[in-house]
Amino acid sequence: MTDNSTPQEATSASLQKKPSVPVQSTGPVGVPEQERDRPEAFLAVRDLKVHFPTDDGIVKSVDGLSFNLERGKTLGIVGESGSGKSVTSLAVMGLHRTGQARSRPDISGEIWLDGEELLGSSADHVRKLRGRKMSMIFQDPLSAMHPYYSVGAQIVEAYRQHHDVDKKTARKRAIDMLDRVGIPEPGKRVDAYPHEFSGGMRQRAMIAMSLVNNPELLIADEPTTALDVTVQAQILDLIRDLQKEFGSAVIMITHDLGVVAEMADDLLVMYGGRCVERGTAEEVFYEPRHPYTWGLLTSMPRIDKEETERLVPVKGSPPSLINIPSGCAFNPRCPYADIPKGGITRTTRPELQQVSGNHFSACHMSQEERTRIWTEEIAPKL
Amino acid sequence: MLVYILRRLLNVVIMLVVVSMVTFGIFFMVPKITGSDPALLYAGRTTDKVAIEGIRKKMGLDKPITTQYGLFLKGVVAGRDYDAGPDTTHCPAPCFGYSFKNEQPVWQDLKDKVPVTLSLASGASILWLLGGVATGVISALRRRTLLDRATMITALAGVSLPIYFTGLVSSAIFVYSLGWLDTINYPDGGLASDPGGWLNAMILPWITLAFLFAATYARLTRATMLEILGEDYIRTARAKGLTESVVIRKHALRSTLTPIITVFGLDLGALLGGAVLTETTFSLPGLGKAAVDAISTGDLPVIMGVTMIAAFFVVMANLVVDLLYAVVDPRVRLT
Amino acid sequence: MSEKSVADTAIPKQSSDSPEPLLRVENLVKHFPIKKGLLQRQVAAVKAVDGLSFDVRPGETLGVVGESGCGKSTMGRLITRLLEPTGGRVEFQGKDITHLGVSAMRPMRRDVQMIFQDPYSSLNPRHTVGTIVSAPFKLQGVNPEGGVKKEVQRLLSLVGLNPEHYNRYPHEFSGGQRQRIGIARALALKPKLVVADEPVSALDVSIQAQVVNLLDDLQDELGLTYVIIAHDLSVIRHVSDRIAVMYLGKIVELADRKSLYSAPMHPYTKALMSAVPVPDPRRRGVKSERILLKGDVPSPISPPSGCRFHTRCWKATEVCKTKEPELIALKPGQQVACHHPENAPDQVPGESVLAEARESIELAAPAVEAEAAEAAGEAAVAEAEVPEDRPQESTEQ
Repeated sequence: MTDNSTPQEATSASLQKKPSVPVQSTGPVGVPEQERDRPEAFLAVRDLKVHFPTDDGIVKSVDGLSFNLERGKTLGIVGESGSGKSVTSLAVMGLHRTGQARSRPDISGEIWLDGEELLGSSADHVRKLRGRKMSMIFQDPLSAMHPYYSVGAQIVEAYRQHHDVDKKTARKRAIDMLDRVGIPEPGKRVDAYPHEFSGGMRQRAMIAMSLVNNPELLIADEPTTALDVTVQAQILDLIRDLQKEFGSAVIMITHDLGVVAEMADDLLVMYGGRCVERGTAEEVFYEPRHPYTWGLLTSMPRIDKEETERLVPVKGSPPSLINIPSGCAFNPRCPYADIPKGGITRTTRPELQQVSGNHFSACHMSQEERTRIWTEEIAPKL
Repeated sequence: MLVYILRRLLNVVIMLVVVSMVTFGIFFMVPKITGSDPALLYAGRTTDKVAIEGIRKKMGLDKPITTQYGLFLKGVVAGRDYDAGPDTTHCPAPCFGYSFKNEQPVWQDLKDKVPVTLSLASGASILWLLGGVATGVISALRRRTLLDRATMITALAGVSLPIYFTGLVSSAIFVYSLGWLDTINYPDGGLASDPGGWLNAMILPWITLAFLFAATYARLTRATMLEILGEDYIRTARAKGLTESVVIRKHALRSTLTPIITVFGLDLGALLGGAVLTETTFSLPGLGKAAVDAISTGDLPVIMGVTMIAAFFVVMANLVVDLLYAVVDPRVRLT
Repeated sequence: MSEKSVADTAIPKQSSDSPEPLLRVENLVKHFPIKKGLLQRQVAAVKAVDGLSFDVRPGETLGVVGESGCGKSTMGRLITRLLEPTGGRVEFQGKDITHLGVSAMRPMRRDVQMIFQDPYSSLNPRHTVGTIVSAPFKLQGVNPEGGVKKEVQRLLSLVGLNPEHYNRYPHEFSGGQRQRIGIARALALKPKLVVADEPVSALDVSIQAQVVNLLDDLQDELGLTYVIIAHDLSVIRHVSDRIAVMYLGKIVELADRKSLYSAPMHPYTKALMSAVPVPDPRRRGVKSERILLKGDVPSPISPPSGCRFHTRCWKATEVCKTKEPELIALKPGQQVACHHPENAPDQVPGESVLAEARESIELAAPAVEAEAAEAAGEAAVAEAEVPEDRPQESTEQ
């Protein structure tokens, strides 16, 4: 990306050039300046933008997102439908560059995986990383597995794509993986078809398939949303165990705050294609500094709370991504929109500001004001 | 799986019995409605009452309808003796009776026509299946490009132009104008006697018929392929790092073929019963042409024969489709 | 088949001070036949609902919770008579509606309404909101005071929609707003009982709360009685006065909210609640009460003998395999169907826990109950299913 291009105008053409010049003008995000060139972090996403051109206008699914993730750590990305969390994961996987040329979005920014920038790399190179260095688990394992091939065949395919082994070895590997993810009688079940598995078993098989090449980055997109709660507990447990065993970095995408509280080390809250708050799980849960995060916490019924006071929902509906307000995307739903912001107008977009350490949030209200609202108005309700 | 096959076979038998009842019903009812008498039709120009009565007796037309149907069914399955005292005629299975016109057993007449239709249908179907599916896939992969639009417009033309138009135009061009092909004249012995003549006679009918069907298949393939490409499991296949060509060939195409098999089976079955327009346009002596001729002369036994043969092919094609379906889609096997 | 067991599970009468129930369900059974073979004979049945008995009292909210396949949605369709029960009895306001035909049900339909899960597919996309919400009036031939349009607009504002949007189509609304339209339609005829099947599960968190609050307000305002079916225990806890926990077509526990969540008696209830992830990162390391059930729910075609939960229960004994426990009140306001309940005296003392039962769960130490302490050790050993190369420390928490 060149210096003069404004973020909104970044086009797919910018994919071709490997961005190496530090960009001065687009430095909203809380990544220190000296890290900009080649990041230390295992996975570093910088100012990622994924824009879909449609007949009605540009859909800015992701509009300037940055985060880091280390090996062995889990990053939870939380947001509602349309917040851009799934689009982010597909962009990291490079899946937006596959398929029909006409329906591909414009992507800009940087995605560094293990010291290698992916958006500037060739599509074929990224394809070779997919499934081996980074892999993905999807929400609905029934539709995410091919109905006509046996579970074993699909795992074997994933393995042989990246390892030059014969079918027998690959099959043995598939059986081992099925065994590892807790599928009983793996030697028999390897030849079963996805529809012959229960929902939980299918998700286990899906996990076996994603992990068959020992990926270093695992992206789990709503991995338990389609599952029952007891099965969800099993699957989350399994992912945690496997992460410990393989030391992979995990991105856990979900709308369920309970799931991220169990799984994530760091949290990133997305709204309208942008990060509104990020920090460690504890910071975001116990010291949140963004009205949207507050809204999520107060609107959620909790199983662990004796008192069942009235929930405090977020008013209105999630924004249309075509006409995101030019200022803060949350402004129309924000209960504190009318608090004076010291001359900042509604059309100014709030950038992420440091709260403390690695805790950032994007809100025009002053730190003091937000701390006051949290401790006096929000926290007591939780 | 065995139960599945058995149940399908049972279906086939039931279907065929129903068809035989309906065709027999037509045979029985049509003369009544038109006020004529099958015996009279057999008799041709004779008006001799005794001779007609003899025919009636010999053909069993004096028996009650249920007995007649029984005899008819027996004739189709095992052959039948037309027995009038000393004058006994054996009609071997499958016996659909005697043609009113040339007083030959219907099957004698039709069995030479089956290979013609068979050659036409099988050749054309291979062409349209390959052509249609390939075009559809390419069109889907190059969606909204010029190529896609051009293909789809051609396909639309293929669907909308009638075969007697494309057939005549192509004959005019390739036979008469360019002289690349000889005048279409189906050799009497078919492929075995004169392969060159056979090919010469079949090639234009194949292409024109295939063009018509390929258009439909291209559209169907394109639509199905586009839908399949949006499936989650295609995204999974890509997420595994498979190359795009593997994703298309192994994952997308296999799913795309399932609905196509269904349509293909039905189309092929229907064609095997006689491609009426194509055979008429190119004067091919196939089942379709036989049916048209029989209808125009009111030769009821031949109409019945063609109908039964056509029904047989359709039902069998359906059976094959059902079995293939179970092979392609493992989810079907359970039922 | 279930004549016997059905008789066994009849609940004792509710305590006498409770008012006449609005809805009474006795031994409700629904089996869906499975046909197979050449002749399509019925070879088996999916026992979706297999002997339910409960009351719904006027003005209360009964929450029904369970995992997929437990029969909760079938139950909802049975009590609204969208399905006809195979056996048992459904009484609404003292009137038997179990086998009423379509026309005989019509007057009943005014009093019993249903809200569906998916706000996208349950509204006809070709009809305007006005048409959708006014449909019940037309079907029932009711002419509300002040005309249909005025009444529809009143309903729209009642559920928090702009009455001006009378002429808009469903696709012009967001998911949460569509669910409001569904609610407005359900309320059009001033029903007494509203059965809501997963009313918020398709909605985003922030919208969920809006709909939950709306249902709450409407109950206060209109004196509605709810049966709310959901898989989300947190939502159920928030909305319900009493809660029925279902497992494989049976109610395993039926209790008021406070008792159920503070001291669940059925092991399944306990496991279910402990499996819910808590939005509290600090509790991650503490999970002292974490019970991780292994395996899947057995098939409702051939449910396990005796207590249906015995195949996955860590307390299962010989009696659990053979004798089906009755749903009995072990405490005022808390009924449970278990031979060895938690938080209550053992119903069949002196039985020893089956060996396989000990392996049926993964217990995160420290153990839940004194008797389960041993099981915890066993459970850790049971991890032998895992290849040896797995680091031992991963037996975590």
